[in-house]
Amino acid sequence: MSLRAASNSSKTRWFLNVAAALLLLAAVVAFFWFAFTSLSYTWNWERLWDYRKPLFRGWLFTIFISTVALVASVALGILLVLGQRSGILALIGLCRGYVELIRGTPLLVQILIMNYVIFAESRNSTLVGIIALSCFSAAYLAEIFRGGIDSVARTQIDAARAVGFTGPQIYRFVIFPQAMRRVLPGIAGELVNLIKNSSLLMVISIGEFTKETYDFFSSTYKGFEGFILLGFGYLLLTLPVTYLTYYLEKKFRYES
Amino acid sequence: MKVELSDIIRRYGEAQALRGVTFSHAAEIRALVLIGPSGGGKSTLLRLLGGLEAPDGGTVRVNGRELPAHEHGLHAYRRMNGFLFQSFNLFPHYSALRNITLPLEVVHGMTPEEAQEKAESGLRRFGLYEHREKRPFELSGGQQQRVGLVRAISSKPALLLLDEPTSALDPEMTAEVLDVIKELNEEGQDIILSTHEMGFARAVADHVLFLAEGKIVEQAPGSGVFDNPQSEQAQRFLSRVMQY
Repeated sequence: MSLRAASNSSKTRWFLNVAAALLLLAAVVAFFWFAFTSLSYTWNWERLWDYRKPLFRGWLFTIFISTVALVASVALGILLVLGQRSGILALIGLCRGYVELIRGTPLLVQILIMNYVIFAESRNSTLVGIIALSCFSAAYLAEIFRGGIDSVARTQIDAARAVGFTGPQIYRFVIFPQAMRRVLPGIAGELVNLIKNSSLLMVISIGEFTKETYDFFSSTYKGFEGFILLGFGYLLLTLPVTYLTYYLEKKFRYES
Repeated sequence: MKVELSDIIRRYGEAQALRGVTFSHAAEIRALVLIGPSGGGKSTLLRLLGGLEAPDGGTVRVNGRELPAHEHGLHAYRRMNGFLFQSFNLFPHYSALRNITLPLEVVHGMTPEEAQEKAESGLRRFGLYEHREKRPFELSGGQQQRVGLVRAISSKPALLLLDEPTSALDPEMTAEVLDVIKELNEEGQDIILSTHEMGFARAVADHVLFLAEGKIVEQAPGSGVFDNPQSEQAQRFLSRVMQY
């Protein structure tokens, strides 16, 4: 009796799920259908194809900027977290203040200030853009690192002291290797953010993916196809990293 | 070994873990055993004796030398000792072998070859050689503690400090770890041990301290505390733990 009830209810649930999925799909299709038809737009993908070279170059440039900024922000993030654990009050305050300032203000504002105030004299806006992105991500990475270091068990530090390691040796042989496995998923997640955030650099005219696509759009004000490509172009970069994050989370969950 | 404690005070915030511990002894001690209820101050005293932390008041003397109060001096002292905790001694990201060789190389200045030879002979002796490449999570609790013991003694420590080394183990594993500790002690290794294994404490102890509420309530050479407890606290504690 109870078995039948269970199988009945699972059948009902399956039916409800399928119905809900169909309904949602219909709603999404209807929404886009309405949005696109109200534009009365004639799609022209050939124009996009003709513009492929600058778009592809912009896409590659986005990868380049994100990669360089990731490396720089990891280095700066480590410095920030070491500063916070240095025991020197002024340094702790400086690093904490930096993290709060960066996390409390919009990236767009930071990019504008960097470009038009701090580095106003610079002609290399690519470098300025990379610096802005790195400074931004470093603050978030510093928080991720801090969490990782705090997660290393007190007993491990006791054990490390007991075998006679010095302070720096404890960091090098015990805290960093253990914290690293725990922060790897966080770093991968931050890389996704970096890739997406790099699109904001278009406001200081760096020829990355969004800027190139926008140029294509503004040359005719008819290139909506470009925005769709733009979305997929970013997904192509972020989805693998997101899956890498899931993989790392799984891999490091059981060991240690 | 020779241990002298004079009026040791240790606080953690509001809580007072040790409230005036004084102890000295005449005869030579090879195994000093700390017993008593949990929270009575055993672990704290062991941490002070091992140089993991310094007291807030009073002095600790080990083998005639007063332990320094600053981290730099304590670090030099810790290098001479071996320490085994209740659990999670091993570094989970290194193999059993690496757990042993790393301190030998980094702290004791051995070459990688010397360290490897030393570690392998230690592991072989306690039947752990075939597990040398395993990570701690692949070892049983008893194996982990024995690897921890090999690590602690490989540097030929002056003192081996053991903080409830079998509390996290089942009876069979407890026996295999206690066997190793007893063997080491019989070979002349000085040990200071805190434990809830009363049978073992009685068997190895040259001197027993009964700690409760941050004080030494009772102490005696050999099995004196077990055979003839004087204080009501010790009588109650012993009759409780011997009940089953």
